[in-house]
Amino acid sequence: MPNFFDEMYADEASVRTHYRRFQDWLSTQPPEVIDRKRTEADFIFRRVGITFAVYGNDAGTERLIPFDIIPRIIPAKEWAQLEAGLVQRVKALNMFIHDIYHDQNIVKAGVVPAEQIFRNAQYRPEMQGISVVSDIYAHIAGVDIVRAGEGEFYVLEDNLRVPSGVSYMLEDRKMMMRLFPELFAHYKIAPVAHYPDMLLDNLRSVAPVGVSDPTVVVMTPGMYNSAYFEHAFLAQQMGVELVEGKDLFVDDNAVYMRTTRGPKRIDVIYRRIDDDFLDPLAFRPDSSLGVPGLLSVYRAGRVTLANAIGTGVADDKSIYPYVPNMIKFYLSEDPILNNVPTYQCRKQEDLQYTLDNLPELVVKEVHGAGGYGMLVGPASTKAEIEAFRQRLLAKPDGYIAQPTLALSACPTYVDAGIAPRHIDLRPFVLSGKTVSMVKGGLTRVALNEGSLVVNSSQGGGTKDTWVLER
Amino acid sequence: MLSRTADHLFWMARYTERAENTARMLDVNVQTALLPQSAEAAEQGWRAMLGISELLSEFDHKYGLLTPKDVLDFMVRDPDNPSSIVSCLTQARENARAVRGTLTTEVWETQNATYLDLQSKLRNGWLENDPSQFFEWVKYRSHLSRGVTIGTMLKDEAFYFIRLGTFLERADNTARILDVKFHGTQSTTETDAHPEEEAQRDFYYWAAILRSVSAFEIYRKVYRDVITPERVAELLMLRGDMPRSLLACLEEVVNNLQHVHNDVSSDTERFAGRLHAELKFGNIQEILKAGLHDYLTQFLERVYELGNRVSRDFLVPLAA
Repeated sequence: MPNFFDEMYADEASVRTHYRRFQDWLSTQPPEVIDRKRTEADFIFRRVGITFAVYGNDAGTERLIPFDIIPRIIPAKEWAQLEAGLVQRVKALNMFIHDIYHDQNIVKAGVVPAEQIFRNAQYRPEMQGISVVSDIYAHIAGVDIVRAGEGEFYVLEDNLRVPSGVSYMLEDRKMMMRLFPELFAHYKIAPVAHYPDMLLDNLRSVAPVGVSDPTVVVMTPGMYNSAYFEHAFLAQQMGVELVEGKDLFVDDNAVYMRTTRGPKRIDVIYRRIDDDFLDPLAFRPDSSLGVPGLLSVYRAGRVTLANAIGTGVADDKSIYPYVPNMIKFYLSEDPILNNVPTYQCRKQEDLQYTLDNLPELVVKEVHGAGGYGMLVGPASTKAEIEAFRQRLLAKPDGYIAQPTLALSACPTYVDAGIAPRHIDLRPFVLSGKTVSMVKGGLTRVALNEGSLVVNSSQGGGTKDTWVLER
Repeated sequence: MLSRTADHLFWMARYTERAENTARMLDVNVQTALLPQSAEAAEQGWRAMLGISELLSEFDHKYGLLTPKDVLDFMVRDPDNPSSIVSCLTQARENARAVRGTLTTEVWETQNATYLDLQSKLRNGWLENDPSQFFEWVKYRSHLSRGVTIGTMLKDEAFYFIRLGTFLERADNTARILDVKFHGTQSTTETDAHPEEEAQRDFYYWAAILRSVSAFEIYRKVYRDVITPERVAELLMLRGDMPRSLLACLEEVVNNLQHVHNDVSSDTERFAGRLHAELKFGNIQEILKAGLHDYLTQFLERVYELGNRVSRDFLVPLAA
């Protein structure tokens, strides 16, 4: 048996209980029918335009994210554990962000070192002392979770800025229901299609004080952004305007959009654009994506930004090791979800350990994203490891290291047939007056054999995620 | 709705309509080329078509000698020609993509599928093997696009701006198609054809014009008489019940403008209303007496001005 947990097979001869019906169904499907359905899925995704834009030379080129038809199935009991853990974690993270932009109790208590926060590139001094509605900062959080063994879930990363992928969660489900309706008769699968409703509700709940019927918009950097499909999709599904910076302007301490009938005031901006580009007067002056003056209106509490400015301070890899302690500090609870043990290379001792064990470790840039700038020790050549060693020595502050987890795998269609491929899971947690989520998430799959990198920019694919109702 | 969104919707519709009209004009020329005619007459037909599209000098510059194959390439698949069918359908799709959240799924998928299928049809030699069938396909995709818009979209501003784009573009295109005769005769070398031959050629010419705007059968129904240039002009300009006529287009423009009315648009509505009234109460004899080409030239200028006014009032208004 391989040395990783297989989501579907308990061992070579037996299928896990919650996959049995699926296996029964799959074994009766003629290969040509499966092939046809897979081709059909590609065709439909392309026609519907469920694509992501690729950066680089071919700006504007659109690519499909490979979709796999074997679902990732999560039993009700496991999900209950995950959900409780997610609610707890996101609550604590929001309290942490509020704390560091106000009293900084956690720093005073010595739980998180001050320099980790105030020297963090994602810390925004502009947010110091600013009140946000309901003290919520990360209205939408995408928490990346991997499984190592039975009941053993680890949080790999908290995404609190502009997490993507929820549209794939919804479209993958739609596709499975369209291609294999009969499967849904065998299982009681928790629905996910009401996510946009929940999101709209959540966004309206955090409108500035005194606004009874808030105007909500989705703000996108534009159609050449890699997640443009998702931005347009969410705006459409919520029935709100999809705006770009150039559609907005600030006047008389309020934000307006330019409409065919003149200016219209807006109250809540679900922005899918990074802090740096939001307001050229406050952040990057060269940004043409933002709205001059937006920050001043925001600071005056006359518009809500979701997510808030400055949430990045809580989601980068240098803060990650402290999250379990945050949970204890703010909630006086034991963390339900594990962190992956993490070596902080800024600490001499941890750096030494990392340098001594590079071939066994995964080393990541503290501010990295999208699977770039990382070393996967076991999958790297000697030369690559040595090159990375030099980068690490030159800037130890910039890196953390983690043991290579035996990520679970799920059977997946690849060229050679069905084979196990490593997966992760990104559920989307909404915070407003309450913390809520749909039962499900985006399962990403590393399509290359043995690979642990699931990012779509690195050739990852997706699967439908089924949370069973019982 | 957002001004930028309205702008994208307006241009999505214009480009779709333009692709259809380009296909219509090309198809007429392909059909006419099947009739017995001299090489000069054939070339003259192609040049006239390039002329009304204001593309003659670009074509000459790029291709030099005129061959039907080059004209087709230029007008169908040349990405450097902003009026080629490929350019128009790509632009229509890009505009739709920019506002896909405002469109119904059906409208967006129609635009996207047209664009995707166009690429594969051109790759598979559809244009070369059966140009008429290809043009027919372009026309039907445009019909589908309009139909799915009417059939699925809420009648709100988004809808009205799409319709506004469609009819403004169609008014322009119908006027150009009518004016083709002028462009054709301008470059004619002196012919000493018999009057009979000329009359026959004229019949085919005007019949082709009618066919290009799907009006051949309508003509028979309306006039129950032989084809004369006056009646063709009357049908395509002044008949409100003829769906591609100038009057019908302006009627739609005026109606849709009314629906999107804002604080600054009164002048534009008046401008459109006057143009509409002139056609509504126009008389074909008077127009012909004053000169058809002059009338159409002036009409095109005014449609152009109207487009600019719509942009100024609704699509890119100044802040506050």
